[in-house]
Amino acid sequence: MKIAVCIKQILDPEVAPKDFKIDAAAKLPIRGQAKMVLSSFDENALETAIQLKESNGAKVAAVCLGPKEADEALRRALAMTADEAIRIDAPIDQDAQSLAAALAEAIKGAGPVDLVLVGRQAGDWDRGQVGPMLAEALGYACVTASFQPELKGDKLQVRHEVEGGVDVVEVTLPAVVAITNHGSNVPRIPKVKDTMMAMRKPIAVVAAPAAGAPLVIREELSIPQQDGECEIIPGDDGPAKAAALAERLKDLKLL
Amino acid sequence: MAEILIVAGQNRKAALELIGAARGIAETLGARVTAAVCGAAQDLPVQTIYHAESPLLNAYQPDLYLAALTAVVKQAAPDLILLAHDAQGQELGPRLAARLGAGCVTDCIGFEVKDGKVLARKPVFGGKAVAGYLPGSATLVATVRPRTQAPAADEPGVGTEVMPVALTLSESMGLTRVVDQIREVAAGPKLEEARIVISGGRGLGGPEPFAELQRFAELVGGAVGASRAACDAGWVPSSWQVGQTGKMVAPDLYIAIGISGASQHLAGISSAKNVIAINKDAEAPIFKRATLGVVADYKTVLPTLIDQCRQILGR
Repeated sequence: MKIAVCIKQILDPEVAPKDFKIDAAAKLPIRGQAKMVLSSFDENALETAIQLKESNGAKVAAVCLGPKEADEALRRALAMTADEAIRIDAPIDQDAQSLAAALAEAIKGAGPVDLVLVGRQAGDWDRGQVGPMLAEALGYACVTASFQPELKGDKLQVRHEVEGGVDVVEVTLPAVVAITNHGSNVPRIPKVKDTMMAMRKPIAVVAAPAAGAPLVIREELSIPQQDGECEIIPGDDGPAKAAALAERLKDLKLL
Repeated sequence: MAEILIVAGQNRKAALELIGAARGIAETLGARVTAAVCGAAQDLPVQTIYHAESPLLNAYQPDLYLAALTAVVKQAAPDLILLAHDAQGQELGPRLAARLGAGCVTDCIGFEVKDGKVLARKPVFGGKAVAGYLPGSATLVATVRPRTQAPAADEPGVGTEVMPVALTLSESMGLTRVVDQIREVAAGPKLEEARIVISGGRGLGGPEPFAELQRFAELVGGAVGASRAACDAGWVPSSWQVGQTGKMVAPDLYIAIGISGASQHLAGISSAKNVIAINKDAEAPIFKRATLGVVADYKTVLPTLIDQCRQILGR
């Protein structure tokens, strides 16, 4: 069985709001001192893939679209014991359809791939579109926002988050499954020896297909105004502050 | 004439929010507001209902619903298609857009008309910024964040035209099926729908204090939430997690107790109207988001707060 995991390198989302600045004209964030990191749901997807490798002997190919610095994300995937790393050399700031088309082509080139895992959404643009669109581009079945896949013959059972709980969904392979975080897929910290070996493994670089005209255009990017400062409730001690807070909640009719 | 098509799911409140969102821009666009209904008939306050009727649509199955919606869109030729950004909309929206070759914007919190086109706004970077998108294609598919739009009044449609939709469906088109359903049994409102949320974080130090939060929540008719740290530590179930990688909540009142306010948690409460923070660290990022703050160890605050609220509520 072969599993492809699509990963994305993004600006560190743990940049504190006060340090987060944007270039409104370019409609992009200003990188500043922020690091580039692997998007967190993609880490959950990688962990899920490696667990399937350990339980079923699957081969895992990590696929990442991005510039040369995105190799770092692939090195991490290799350090987590992915078998193969492919970078699609293309600009990362594209609409989801273009990204899905490029990923589909790279996956077909690495094929035959039975299962594609993606993080449910990337921590920068928060779209959650590439996974489902990739399923359409590949003609594969699709399940979104899932965790804990189990192979049952030529089918896969996954736990799919829905309002009020979880549906256990049986999906016919080949499929694209978008992974969400769960206690069962907390990403492993790579062993030092695996990290060192990852540095020596090859990363295949492929070209992306020519992108068509964008289907959505980012017209604006802004930081919402915070409505005023936080009012700190005064008081001599905890109980006094608590009483004052309760009064404010009553005045604001929030209870 | 332009058309805005809303996709009505089983949740009537969500459908009314989509109609409300559509009406907000329909006049400026000179657009009709219509609805796609799959499966059982629904009466909605729109100009036309495209009814995709088939026994295969009586229960939700994404591949079959996609085929039905694609047929509806071919018949209706809308300029804008709105779905709720719920579990179904999150998979149907992007897949429908891909099938139609249409642009897609997900988790929208607002719409505007700019140069005769729909501008869709959504939170990005974990809610630290808001991006506005214009369509590059003739049709735009947008999923709308629940509880952000003023809903249309729940009235029957007046002069609503119901049009049947010709379908070619077969059971084999469905590539997924639900084999089991596991539902949370929680007393009180669901986190995503709760008007009041009492939430605890790492500062609570362990699972036991969450019992007090539960008593507080029961008193005020709210739900209990938690930060990712508290869930990862195994103090509470992961279904309690509020944040970008958890539940997105939109309560009138969110009380964050012992929560530092990491970006990913703030993303989950970006739609909360009033955030109250109780934390002993005056520098905690949560205070930048909160409207009211108490800088103190929660242990010295919570018992009196619950007591005072009990008195105010006369319970």
